[in-house]
Amino acid sequence: MTGHIEPMVGRYIHVEIEREMHRIYFEENGAGIPLVCLHTAGSDGRQWRHLLADPEFSKKFRIIAFDMPWHGKSNPPLSWTGEEYRLTTARYTETVRAFCTALGLEKPVVMGCSIGGRIVLNLAIDHAAEFRALIGLEAADFQAPWYDTSWLHRPDVHGGEVCAALVSGLIAPQSPESPRRETLWAYMQSGPGIFKGDLYFYRVDGDLRGRVESIDTDACPLYLLTGEYDFSCTPDDTRRTAAAIPGASVTIMEQLGHFPMSENPEQFRRYIAPVLGEILKQSTPTKQGEHV
Amino acid sequence: MTPVPNATDVAVISAFAGIPALLEQAPALIFRGRALDCECRLGPLDRPFHVSIRGGRIIDLTPAPGLMRSWRFSYRASPTAWAEYWQPVPRPGWHDLFALTKREEATLEGDLHPFMAHLQYFKDVLALPRLHRFVGPA
Repeated sequence: MTGHIEPMVGRYIHVEIEREMHRIYFEENGAGIPLVCLHTAGSDGRQWRHLLADPEFSKKFRIIAFDMPWHGKSNPPLSWTGEEYRLTTARYTETVRAFCTALGLEKPVVMGCSIGGRIVLNLAIDHAAEFRALIGLEAADFQAPWYDTSWLHRPDVHGGEVCAALVSGLIAPQSPESPRRETLWAYMQSGPGIFKGDLYFYRVDGDLRGRVESIDTDACPLYLLTGEYDFSCTPDDTRRTAAAIPGASVTIMEQLGHFPMSENPEQFRRYIAPVLGEILKQSTPTKQGEHV
Repeated sequence: MTPVPNATDVAVISAFAGIPALLEQAPALIFRGRALDCECRLGPLDRPFHVSIRGGRIIDLTPAPGLMRSWRFSYRASPTAWAEYWQPVPRPGWHDLFALTKREEATLEGDLHPFMAHLQYFKDVLALPRLHRFVGPA
């Protein structure tokens, strides 16, 4: 008999968000600096499974990925009676901070992708002192809409199929077939209207234009990394955002799209390893030559 | 008046004419479109084709406009956009049907329901020339 067990462990934590307890599923692996990972809109924490299982990163970082309420294995709260789901900036910010507090994380690094990248910018604006570093993947203060989100949630179009088909074009053509399909599989499984509800934050409520200028990267380093094939949050969107933030680090990732950690984990590792190495170096000033 | 076709136009028109045969070699794709019966307009901006789809199969592909033929939706792109889209590894911004509309190299019109309800089907059908080694200037 052959087989192996992956190193990450999944558990549930009960977290108070907007005065109500939420049962939130998270997975973690490793020990060291807490590194909290935020998934994209309409998906879940499985996107981070390769990073979670990374044998080198997990030696220095406690890597944690949680499913947002309504996503993955985190159910809607008990009070939900079927009304339209809409993620707001305030709710998203509270969710991330409440999760970190509930786990007792001390000055975590938060890395988010897409909507996770956008909320990272909001954390940098309003709560920088709580974090050791912030990493925004496919992040910008605003992006021009490229489709009508009403197509994502209507009874005469299969939600899973249309959500996956829409985002399929955001994956780089070089990404291997298997992780490409796995990335889309999560979109096919999302609850009805959840991707659309996440995009309320992205498109309507979370416009950070005119606010990112206040980010102080001395208080908390900010790293922005965007895939060259992301035509939703384009490299120019990220560069424009970073240009307004003194000290922000920008990397344009070749042969990657909107889902770097899941669509091509090996290629993403080449870009994220130096960032994590830098954070590690800043966190351990007495030790020289630390590398991840 | 439609200008005389250049080398890119000719290559793109030829590639479109070959799509029905390529689709016949892709049973999984036909299966994905099994519930689709649709009249649509696909192709280059100035020289689109009227396409009749039944049960996921293209049963007719004819240069448009046909006399009094109705269509539900239309996706047309510049010949340059199609040539770029069909490169073995398309360049960023030229690699998806919506990337092309966002950069205003393509236009989507009409009743979009059949297109959106079968979005991956149409993306894959319209990518068939790439998989079968489109030869034309990018």
